[in-house]
Amino acid sequence: MAHGPAKGFTRWLFTTNHKDIGSMYLWFSFTMFFLGGIFALVIRAELFEPGLQIVKPEFFNQMTTMHGLIMVFGAVMPAFVGLANWMIPMMIGAPDMALPRMNNWSFWILPFAFALLTSTFFMAGGAPNFGWTFYAPLSTTYAPDTVTFFIFGVHIIGISSIMGAINIIATILNMRAPGMTLMKMPLFVWTWLITAYLLIAVMPVLAGVVTMMLMDIHFGTSFFDAAGGGDPVLFQHIFWFFGHPEVYIMILPAFGIVSAIIPTFARKPLFGYSSMVYATASIAFLSFIVWAHHMFTVGMPLVAEAAFMYATMLIAIPTGVKVFNWVTTMWKGSMTFETPMLFSIAFVILFTIGGFSGLMLAIAPADFQYHDTYFVVAHFHYVLVPGAIFSITAAVYYWLPKWCGNMYDEALGKTHFWLAFAGLNITFFPMHFSGLAGMPRRIPDYNPLWADWNMISSVGAFLFGAAQLLFLVIVIKTIMGGRKATARVWEGSHGLEWTVPSPAPYHTFTTPPEIK
Amino acid sequence: MLSNSKRSLVLSVVVGILAVMPVLASAGEWQYNMTEGVTSISKDVYDLHMLIFYICCVIGILVFGVMFVSMFLHRKSRGAVASQFHESLTLELLWTAVPAIILIAMAFPATSTLKDMYDSDDPEIDILVTGHQWKWRYDYQGTEVSFFSNLSTPSAQIDNEQEKGQHYLLEVDEPLVIPTNTKVRFLVTAADVIHSWWVPDLAVKRDAIPGYTNAAWTYVEKEGVYRGQCAELCGKDHGFMPIEVHVVSKAKYAEWLAGKAAQAAEVKAASSKTFSFDELYSGGETLYATNCAACHGGNGEGGVGPAIKGSKIATGGITDHLDMVINGSPNNPMMAAYGEQLDPVSLAKIITFQRNAFGNNMGDSVQPLDIVTYKQGQ
Ligand code: HEC
Ligand SMILES: [Cu+2]
Repeated sequence: MAHGPAKGFTRWLFTTNHKDIGSMYLWFSFTMFFLGGIFALVIRAELFEPGLQIVKPEFFNQMTTMHGLIMVFGAVMPAFVGLANWMIPMMIGAPDMALPRMNNWSFWILPFAFALLTSTFFMAGGAPNFGWTFYAPLSTTYAPDTVTFFIFGVHIIGISSIMGAINIIATILNMRAPGMTLMKMPLFVWTWLITAYLLIAVMPVLAGVVTMMLMDIHFGTSFFDAAGGGDPVLFQHIFWFFGHPEVYIMILPAFGIVSAIIPTFARKPLFGYSSMVYATASIAFLSFIVWAHHMFTVGMPLVAEAAFMYATMLIAIPTGVKVFNWVTTMWKGSMTFETPMLFSIAFVILFTIGGFSGLMLAIAPADFQYHDTYFVVAHFHYVLVPGAIFSITAAVYYWLPKWCGNMYDEALGKTHFWLAFAGLNITFFPMHFSGLAGMPRRIPDYNPLWADWNMISSVGAFLFGAAQLLFLVIVIKTIMGGRKATARVWEGSHGLEWTVPSPAPYHTFTTPPEIK
Repeated sequence: MLSNSKRSLVLSVVVGILAVMPVLASAGEWQYNMTEGVTSISKDVYDLHMLIFYICCVIGILVFGVMFVSMFLHRKSRGAVASQFHESLTLELLWTAVPAIILIAMAFPATSTLKDMYDSDDPEIDILVTGHQWKWRYDYQGTEVSFFSNLSTPSAQIDNEQEKGQHYLLEVDEPLVIPTNTKVRFLVTAADVIHSWWVPDLAVKRDAIPGYTNAAWTYVEKEGVYRGQCAELCGKDHGFMPIEVHVVSKAKYAEWLAGKAAQAAEVKAASSKTFSFDELYSGGETLYATNCAACHGGNGEGGVGPAIKGSKIATGGITDHLDMVINGSPNNPMMAAYGEQLDPVSLAKIITFQRNAFGNNMGDSVQPLDIVTYKQGQ
C-alpha cells in the first residue's frame, strides 16, 4: 500500500492525494493573489493623484471588479481549501480525504473557471466592469457581452466550492480516528466544518442569482428589470443572502488557524475551547439574518431597517468572545514571537479594528454617511487582509516546515511580517479618513480634498506588494532547503499533525492513531 | 524575541507615528472626520458616529492594553512560565453580558435617529430626483421647472492639462436650488441603472433605483452651497456625476423659481421658432460636448458609442437620425431616448450639429418644430 507519488506532470493531473491537491490549491491561490494584487496596484497607481493619468474610467472599473472577484474567489477561498486539504486529514488522523477523486476534480475545474473569467480582458467590451457585487441592471441590461463568461466562471467556481465543502464534511464526520470526538477536534477542523455547511447553504444561492441574470440577458426574462416588472432590489437581497455568509466563509477558517497558533507560541492551552465552538456556530447562524445591512440605503421599510440593524449589532457579541479568548490565552503564557505568532497577533489586533468599524457600520443612521465610501473599503480590507490573508500567511509559516521538512529563515520571515504590517496599515488606515471626509468608493478620479490620504494609501500599497514578493522568495527558499525540521517543529505544538515526521510522508495515518 | 536595541527601535517608531498623527490632523487641509453637516439629522448622525467611535476606543484600549501588558510580561525571554488555566465560566458570561448591555444602550439613540430620517411626511416642496448615466435630473413637482445637472469641470482639468479648481469634480452647470427653513422632500429614482444621491452635509443618501421612488427629506437653516456625489457604481462615469445644492433664502428661491419657470415657457415658445443654420450649429456644438461627447468622443471619433464622424445614421436620412436620438437605440440601452431628456430646441441643435460637424457636411438642418412634429407623429 505504501507507495510514493507518480512521476512527472501526470502526478499532478491525476493525483487523488490530499497533500498534492492541497499544494496545488495553495499555489493556485498564490498565483491569483499576485494577479489580484497587480490589479489593486493599477487602482492605487491611478488614485495616487487627482486627475486621470494611467487608465481610463472604463478600465478602472474592470480593475476594481476583477480585483475583488479574483481575491475573493481565486485567492482567499482556494487558500483555505488548500489548507483544509493538507491539514484536516492529518489533524483528525485520517489517511486522506473521504472523496479523493472528487477532490481532484474540484481543484482542476478552478483554473478553467479563472481562465474563462480573465480571458474577457482580451474580448470586445472588456472584462466585467460592474463591481464584484455585480448589481443588476448594471450587470445585465447594461453589461458588456462578456458578462456571460463571468456567469459561467462563477458557476464553475460554485461547483468547485460545493464539492470541496461536501468532501470536507464527509471527511470530518466519517474519518476521524477512534477517540477523536467532535469536542476534541482542533478548532481549525471545527471552523472548517461550520464553514463547509455555510458554503453548501449559500453557493447554490449565488448560482441561482447568476442564472437569473443569464435568463434576463439571453432569454428575455425580467427578474431584475423594472421595465419588465422585475425588481433590481431583489437582486441585492439574493446577492447579499449569499454575500454575507460568504464574508464568514472567508474568516471562520482564519479563526481556526489563529486558535492553533496562539496556544503553540504561548505554550498554554487555548482558553475557552467550547465557547469558541459555540461562538463560531452563533456567528454562522447570525450570518444568515443580517444580509440587508449592506443595503441600508435602498429604501427598506423602517421596521426592516431596524431589525437588520439589531441583528447586525448582535454579531459583535460572539466575535468579541473570540477576541477575549485569544487575549486570555496569551495571558500568563510563556510567549515567543516567531513569524506565525507575529502574524497571528497582528490578526487579533487588526481584525478587532475591522470589527470596530463594522460595529460603526451596523448603526444604520450612521451608515447613511459611511455607505459606499472609502470607510467601507477600509473596513472590509481590515477584516480581510489581516483577517484572511494574514491568517493564511501565518498558517503557511506555521505548517511549511511540516510540509517540506525545512525551517524557513526566521529573520526573513520577520522582515516580511514588519513590511506587510506597515504596508497594510499605511494603505488602509488612511482610507478611514478619506471615507469619513466624503470620498465615494469605486471612482477613478477625485477632488484634491482627499489627495493626501490617497497618496499615502498608494505608497503603502506598493510597500505591501513588495512584501509579498519577499514572501514568495521565502517560500521557495524554504522548499529548496534549509535547516531540517523536527517532527514537533515548535516547542509548544500539540496535535496529531506533529506526531508524523517532517516532511510529512506522502501517506500518513494509513493505520489510525490512538487518541486518549 | 526582540533584542533590546530592536525593541527600542520599534518603540521609537510607534511613538514617532503617534507624535506625527495630531500634527498631520491639525494641518488644516486634512479633513479626516465625518462632517457635522447643517441639518438636525446630520448632527444626530454625527453624534451617533462619535459615540460609537468612543465606545470602540474604550474597548480597544482595554483589550489591546491587556494584550500588550501580556506580551511584555509573559514572554519566555523574561523567564515567564506558562500557567495552564483554560476555562472560566464567570469570565465567559461577563464578556458576553457587558457587550450586550452596551449594544442595547446604543440601539436606543440609533433607532430614534432612524425614525427621524424616515419621517418624510408633509413636505412643503417635492423634488423628483432622477439618476441618469451620468447626470442628475431635477423636477420641481407642481411646476414646469425641470432640468439636468451635468458635471461642469472642464475635461482639460481631468486630463491634467489645466490646473484643478477648488471644486474639481464637485461642480455642476445647473445646481439644485432649495430654500432655507423649508421641509424639502426628495423623491429619488433612476432612469437606467442604480445610482445613489448623496449630499454629506445634509446626511441624505438614497439609492436611485429604476422602478422605485425612494423618499428622503431635509430641512436646512443655513444658506450655503453643499456638494455631493453619486455613491453607487453606475458605469463608466460614475465618478463624474456630482451634486451641488444651493440653499438660499425663501425670497431668493421664489425669484429663482420664477426665472426658471419663465425660461421653461420661453423654451416652449422657441419650439415654434425658426432658427438660422449658424444658430443651430453653434448651439449644437456646446450641447454635443456636454451631452454626447462622453460616449461619442469630442471629435465624433467614437468611444463607448460608435463614431458620429461618417456614421451611417448621421449621414443618412433625417428620420432615422431623429428616431435614434429621440427614442434611443433598440439594441443598446447605453444610447438613451433623448426625446424625454432634452427640449426640442436643444435636440434640433444637436442633430443639426451632428449632421454637419466632423466632416459629415450634410448641408441640411433640423428645426425644433420638426422634432415636435416627429414626436407627435409617433
Ligand atoms: C451613454 C453613452 C451615450 C451617450 C451619452 C450618447 N450616445 Fe449615442 N450612442 C451610444 C451607443 C452605444 C450607440 C450605438 C447604438 C446601437 O448600437 O444601436 C449610439 C448611437 C448613436 C447614433 C447612431 C450612430 C450610428 O451610426 O449607428 C447617433 C446618431 C447617436 N448615438 C446620437 C447621440 C446623441 C445626439 C447624443 C447626445 C444627445 C448621444 N448619442 C449620446 C451611446 C451614447
Ligand atoms: Cu450614478
